[in-house]
Amino acid sequence: MNQVRYFWPFIKLGLSDVWRHKTRSLLTMLGMVFGVGSVIAMLAVGEGASQQALDSIKRLGSENIMVMSVKPTEDEGTSTGAQRGRLAVYGLLYEDEKRILETVPGVVITVPARMTRRNARLNERQLEMRVVETIPGWFEVVQRPILAGRVLTANDMQMRANVCVLTEHGVRRLLAAEEMIGQRIRIASGVFEVIGIVKNETGGTVRAPDSEADAYIPITTGTKLFGEANIRYSAGGMEGEKVELSQIIVKMSNTAAVEPGSKAIEAVLARFHKKKDFRIDVPLTLLREAERTKRTYNIVLGAIAGISLLVGGIGIMNIMLASVTERTKEIGIRRAIGARRSRIVVQFLINTCVLSIGGGLLGLLLGVGIPFLITAFTDMPTVVQPYSLALAFGISVGVGIVFGLYPAMRAAALDPIEALRHE
Amino acid sequence: MIIQTTESLRPLSDEVVRLDGVTRHYTVGEEIVRALDGVSFSMRRGSYWAIMGPSGSGKSTMLNILGCLDRPSSGAYWLNGENVAEMDDNALSDHRLRNLGFVFQSFHLIPQLTVSENIEVPMLYLGLSQSDRKRKAEVLAERVGMSHRLRHLPSELSGGQRQRVAVARALANDPAVLLADEPTGNLDSTTSVQIMGLFQELYEQGKTVILVTHEPDIAAYAKACIVLKDGVILSVTEEGK
Repeated sequence: MNQVRYFWPFIKLGLSDVWRHKTRSLLTMLGMVFGVGSVIAMLAVGEGASQQALDSIKRLGSENIMVMSVKPTEDEGTSTGAQRGRLAVYGLLYEDEKRILETVPGVVITVPARMTRRNARLNERQLEMRVVETIPGWFEVVQRPILAGRVLTANDMQMRANVCVLTEHGVRRLLAAEEMIGQRIRIASGVFEVIGIVKNETGGTVRAPDSEADAYIPITTGTKLFGEANIRYSAGGMEGEKVELSQIIVKMSNTAAVEPGSKAIEAVLARFHKKKDFRIDVPLTLLREAERTKRTYNIVLGAIAGISLLVGGIGIMNIMLASVTERTKEIGIRRAIGARRSRIVVQFLINTCVLSIGGGLLGLLLGVGIPFLITAFTDMPTVVQPYSLALAFGISVGVGIVFGLYPAMRAAALDPIEALRHE
Repeated sequence: MIIQTTESLRPLSDEVVRLDGVTRHYTVGEEIVRALDGVSFSMRRGSYWAIMGPSGSGKSTMLNILGCLDRPSSGAYWLNGENVAEMDDNALSDHRLRNLGFVFQSFHLIPQLTVSENIEVPMLYLGLSQSDRKRKAEVLAERVGMSHRLRHLPSELSGGQRQRVAVARALANDPAVLLADEPTGNLDSTTSVQIMGLFQELYEQGKTVILVTHEPDIAAYAKACIVLKDGVILSVTEEGK
């Protein structure tokens, strides 16, 4: 309290000084404005990116490796009229799943899945759904809250039961409010009883293993009903493809096993697949990429911030040195009255801090504005942290003290007799 | 005058200023300039002195030493019972703050501060609370007849008014000695008379006043006089003579 009482007149003096030289002060503050602005913006962008990365883990599971069937590229290139009607056979096999499980160390579970798009119908409503033929393990690997009913069980598998689990969004679009559990829906040629509803991830930039309108059925039922070939009839005849498994999700025992695991899987599969008809996605790698991006942003913005703060600080120091010369007589008067050197130092430090904090506050506005623009124009998520305010203040005070010290010492070192004589 | 060596007797209790063999030498190039060359005198509490002399007589050096802005090269200077000659910069600053009030020829008010704020500066360094400072500044302004200008800036005042404010500021720490350096040097004769009247009042109220001047008619206001020449005392006219 005593200190505040002592400091306030000097803060007031600093403020009136800034006000008297408005243009000069504003120009002096600019460096601080950009420096603090970019620090705040950097944190906002960084925070946005890391939240996005966190979402990616949630969506994909950082311990998972996704192996997907891919139509080999040369097939696409030569898909001419003459070759129409041919049944394209490619992709992952049950054999592959078995090999991965047996040879790759650290594998906890493998989940095979076959995905096809089929028409689902309930009474008058129709919806094209993605039918995921899979095993109960799916729900272990892709963990989503169960909203109603239950998920697939080993029993469903054995019985080749005509049951399905739907995703929340699919349910809503098929049947808005009615109780869905126990209803029968028709999917392509089969009739399925709805046994459960799970929540699904929506939006986001990283592809999740689940989609909006999914129907999960036992893979055994799928094989019995639909077979393994997916044949589409079109005007020119028939076009089909046979894919045993669209996807194998491999869950590893821990994140450390993920990268060696993905290499081992690649090696195992490459031995048996002459054509490159599979792709391996590692969510962890995507995560690392997101982190790298974030780091790049931090380095770039951090450098801008550092340089701006340095330039800003030097600008402030320059002005304060001029101010010391300008106020030499005042310093002499204060010293003659009985101010110790340290009091002169404090006075000029406060004066410098008034400038740097003023710049810092303007910079804060800029720092909140930049992320807003970034989000508006690049749809990169940004999160302005509340502690940014304290940080802006801290940086400002720091710069004020660091760059104010030299002018303040110069002021205090003046000989009072000489200073009083100064005109 | 008897020139005494280094450590002298402690001053008597009513001696507010006592110089014992004070010298001040500057080295300019290879030459040693003896600005003060063995000066001794004492001043009683509540006295009114003038220090006179032509320029180059050591008057300014004397003022700086008396004002604790400079230290003697040798000798002792007792101010209010303490030997200032051996103090460091901080102790000297504190001494100025507690025991001295300055009135300068060109007023030396801080231009950005109002009359009230200027008077408050010494009190600020003494650590008085804002309300105490305000109250005391009003009393002091009243005492020098400036209470109607408290919110004005020095630039809005006449020379005589500025000097009144400076006197009020010099009194803000209730100093043992009021040190005035050519206080009327920048004022016209009418205003000079008014300001000297103010010093007379302060003397009558019991303040110790030291005037440093080269004008004999200003020095005449004082009750005693020391004349300096070439760094030594030429003559001392004691009180009542």
